[in-house]
Amino acid sequence: MQKLLEIDNLTKVYSMGSVISRIRITATDNVSFYINPAEIFTLAGESGCGKTTSARMILGFEEPTSGTIKHNGNLVQKKARVWITNGVQAIFQDPFGTFNPLRMVDRYFFETVYNYKLARNKQEAIMIIDQKLRSVGLSYEEFAGKYPSEFSGGQLQRISIARALLTDPSLLIADEPVSMVDASLRMSIVNLFKKLRDELGVSVLYITHDLATAYYVSDRIAVMFRGNIVEMGPVEQVLMNPKHPYTQLLRDSIPEADPHRRWKDTVNLSELEHEEYLRIGCKFAGRCPQAMEICKGTIPQDLTIDQVVVRCHLYNKPAE
Amino acid sequence: MTQNILRTENLKAYYVLDMQGTQKVVKAVNEVNLDIHENEVYGIAGESGCGKTTLLKALYMAIDPPLRLISGKIFYCPSGVEIDVTSMSDEEKRKLRWDMISYVPQGSMSVLNPIQKLKDTYQDFISSHVSGKTKDEAFEIAINQINELGLPRNILDAYPHQLSGGMRQRVTIALAALLKPKIIIGDEPTTALDVVVQRGVVQLLMDIQKKLNNTIILVTHDMGVHANIADRICIMYAGKIVEEASVENIFGRPTHPYTRFLINSLPKFGDKTTKASVPGSPPSLSDLPDGCPFHPRCPQVMSVCREKMPEFTKIEANHRVACWLVGEGDHAKVA
Repeated sequence: MQKLLEIDNLTKVYSMGSVISRIRITATDNVSFYINPAEIFTLAGESGCGKTTSARMILGFEEPTSGTIKHNGNLVQKKARVWITNGVQAIFQDPFGTFNPLRMVDRYFFETVYNYKLARNKQEAIMIIDQKLRSVGLSYEEFAGKYPSEFSGGQLQRISIARALLTDPSLLIADEPVSMVDASLRMSIVNLFKKLRDELGVSVLYITHDLATAYYVSDRIAVMFRGNIVEMGPVEQVLMNPKHPYTQLLRDSIPEADPHRRWKDTVNLSELEHEEYLRIGCKFAGRCPQAMEICKGTIPQDLTIDQVVVRCHLYNKPAE
Repeated sequence: MTQNILRTENLKAYYVLDMQGTQKVVKAVNEVNLDIHENEVYGIAGESGCGKTTLLKALYMAIDPPLRLISGKIFYCPSGVEIDVTSMSDEEKRKLRWDMISYVPQGSMSVLNPIQKLKDTYQDFISSHVSGKTKDEAFEIAINQINELGLPRNILDAYPHQLSGGMRQRVTIALAALLKPKIIIGDEPTTALDVVVQRGVVQLLMDIQKKLNNTIILVTHDMGVHANIADRICIMYAGKIVEEASVENIFGRPTHPYTRFLINSLPKFGDKTTKASVPGSPPSLSDLPDGCPFHPRCPQVMSVCREKMPEFTKIEANHRVACWLVGEGDHAKVA
């Protein structure tokens, strides 16, 4: 099957500090994954794990230090990246920051329609806009001539999804789309992704730290830690039976909405984030309850165990 | 019998805004009656814009214009004696703060002074609330507390920007607990934190509660956090409390249609069935519908819901609901 998006060994290195005391931080370190058509793929992890950097590189906001991005089998070049906006659209975290508060929301829609030459006159444009708004549960009448402040956060987020759908993209990149939305409205956004996947065949790269919605909505998941993908595979296997100690920690730390299952044990927190970036071996070795001598010196290799790719020495056969 | 530590009576706090001659009234806290007990974690849940933060401000008596206390009373009850704080002078209220009640505001990661080392922040803090401490004594109090709570000792010599967000959050909570107050109010202390860090913060709050045997009033919209830490929970909707119960009852048998939506829409592991979200959007607090504020979104709406706000019905000793669907005809008796 033709893969919709293929990411190969994507690396991004940021330099901090002056010439004398330069710190190099590898935001993403040889990240590789792919997305199939009509699939919801989740990139999960804590803040500072490189998930947003990956998204920014796919969208062409950031130039990768090395590695390639392929869209529909074609290599995406630096200059050609403008073109993929036809097929790839983005939704961002803060719905209130997406739109200019002094500008009517429908202006953005007409602008996109005319820029992409999707309609010849206003009648056609309204038809297209209304159709896209209806697919997110709104309509043109209730939205025309209004300013962003007249909508709630959940509505605005749905409007920004409708805007992204205008060009009929095959892939939506959603960077923490629900973290600013209320818990009660969160499900309406997540359900919308499911609907888009099933009815329009849109793939979604869902970037989140919320594993509960990730489990609910996605088909496959990759868990990132300090620039590395530590575990990747079908969401059922990864989240119901986590293999990597970090995934286990994440899974245990989600507060379950069940008062009979409270946390019992205590958790170690990292104090200094950049120390973990600079670690030579497995980046999680400092906090891992099962750390071994080998973890501190060498980076583990990717291993495939029943469809799940895991990067941990625990599953390596002892070297002979 | 559990002892009350904080009680409110028909509390009404509105924002009164003057907009080009016309008055706009935002009914953020509307007829709230609370009994918060000693030695418990009391959770307040609800959507953003439902008045949770305003309620906390009122409980803490930090009422500044445009927020106004319209009517109602707030009582603190240290050692069994009720004191009416609504009639106190500012100076008297200031003395109660941090000694009796302390407050961890929203976004408290950014409340620390960025150009001061944390030990100077501690020092400022101690000297303004406890008289007659020298610099060394204050430093000792700070070190003792940090050791006790298991925070790393070197943070006292750090500037706030050198610490991660979760660490700053824990330091602010530690500061709020420094003088062993009877009540600690936390406004979304875990929002915007990663799951692992969030767990650390919740742990710290629970440690403090166990050590001091005090009361924590915790506001968050994350029902998972409530399930993990709270003893009793109240659900707020559009400035009113619509349901209050023990944590087991809220999650086990939610009764108000809004609570049911909140609980049933939570994604769970091992359950991929479709979850419905609450239909529609929350009402504007400056233009509330008549009757029960939830009626435009309620799937079980009746004609009485559009006309009158229901009173509380007690369906169990510790479980009260304001909805016309339960306890028909009993409302007059309970009220």
